[in-house]
Amino acid sequence: MSIRERLSGNEAVAYAMRQINPDVFAAFPITPSTEIPQYFAQYVANGQVDTEYVTVESEHSSMSTCIGASAAGCRAVTATSSAGLAFMYEVLYVAASSRLPITLACVNRTLTGPININNDHSDSMGARDSGWIQIYAENNQEAYDNYLQAMRISETPDVRLPIMVCQDGFITSHAVENILLEEDAAVKAFVGEYHPEHALMGRDHPLAVGPYDNSPYCMEHKVQQAEAMKNAKRAILDVAADFEKTFGRKYGFFEEYRMEDAEVALVLIGSTAGTAKACIEDLRSQGIKAGLVKIRVFRPFPFEEIAAALSHVKAVAVMDKSEGYSAAGGPLFAEVRSACYDLPNPPKMIDVVYGLAGRDCAVQDVERVYRYLLKIVETGEVGPRYIHMGQRSAKEEVLGNGL
Amino acid sequence: MSYIQAKDINEKTPWQGLTPGGEIYEGGTSKLTLTGQWRVNRPAWNSALCRQCLLCAPFCPDSSIPVKDGKRLDFDLDHCKGCGICAKVCPFKAIRMEQEVHQ
Repeated sequence: MSIRERLSGNEAVAYAMRQINPDVFAAFPITPSTEIPQYFAQYVANGQVDTEYVTVESEHSSMSTCIGASAAGCRAVTATSSAGLAFMYEVLYVAASSRLPITLACVNRTLTGPININNDHSDSMGARDSGWIQIYAENNQEAYDNYLQAMRISETPDVRLPIMVCQDGFITSHAVENILLEEDAAVKAFVGEYHPEHALMGRDHPLAVGPYDNSPYCMEHKVQQAEAMKNAKRAILDVAADFEKTFGRKYGFFEEYRMEDAEVALVLIGSTAGTAKACIEDLRSQGIKAGLVKIRVFRPFPFEEIAAALSHVKAVAVMDKSEGYSAAGGPLFAEVRSACYDLPNPPKMIDVVYGLAGRDCAVQDVERVYRYLLKIVETGEVGPRYIHMGQRSAKEEVLGNGL
Repeated sequence: MSYIQAKDINEKTPWQGLTPGGEIYEGGTSKLTLTGQWRVNRPAWNSALCRQCLLCAPFCPDSSIPVKDGKRLDFDLDHCKGCGICAKVCPFKAIRMEQEVHQ
């Protein structure tokens, strides 16, 4: 039986961690993820878990601790945000290339600078090519459910890749929502125990992890890693299917909301999906066929599946909650637009960069994007493809001047 | 359990045949890497001048001076990188560094 509760996103993740009882938690605080190690420290102090709780001096050290622990054969976890994730940059790649299934709760916050603590996706988007699986949540329930699925995906023998379970800082991490929790025994049974094939400790055979790899071998290992990321697609769907069978909540690579007959659609990640869904209901009541694709899995990127989901749509706005400074749009836009290139009739597609550093995005903002897409459909003219929304401006911007 | 052995891997092994992340499942595999090919200078041992004091062997950073029954043998030139430390520490001038000539 599920348990009805009300928790913040950070509480939900810490609760899931307690239920899983990982071997090692490497803890270093940074807003807005600080509460996760804070709540977990209470579980440790209360004796509710027997996790080795390692307090370290930096995020570079917390990830290094996870790498050591994971190589030893432990289930290792940590949590971070923003500059903390950036400080892990070097060792994120070590974790992935050493094929260590570490679980990182990423509470998305913008990257400095200018210094700011609020939400956007620039931290995890900066790590998108580090070889980590990335799964994003719309709300607290999804943050909890994704965390319960994370280790099984990451530890799948032909995957063996670390995983980032992301949620929006403050919007999700600090807002208290209704949530369905699962019983401890059911969670433990679902997640299972971690028994890696090779480990530094507790085995009667020697092992070296992360040795120097010279050029006759290193490319082959990177190809192995790329193959493992492809394998993760199957593992993600397998685990989601078992999760649905066990707990009744359905997950995939992305959620399609009112997409069956949609003529205009948004593609976005995270908590803005709730805002978009409210907007879609308003527009649908006015006879406008609006839809939404909410990305759950960004790494591995569901390339063919996204293209199929958008194949019948006339105009799409990809909503990037991070700047790529590419002068051509954000990272989600680049990938979604590329995915649609092979479609016989690809939708018209624009990029809307929004919500940077905590800039609010309300239902009326999302509505402006849909109305703009309707204009594109009506006129057949796309106009500028790379648009910012929500900034104050001295001139009339494409999607309003934010005043 | 799969234990791919280092001796079974070489520069012709396809990616499918390598261990994940380059893991190594045994000790002493550095023997299989012939670092002697990197050498610019090679040590020459004059056994007539050598007094078997064994000072050279522990100084060798590459364990390339084999010792058997309390006596050093000739250099392991498959692994000696030609650093010259042995020649420097030898009190009896029994080791001389010469220009390496690679084929």
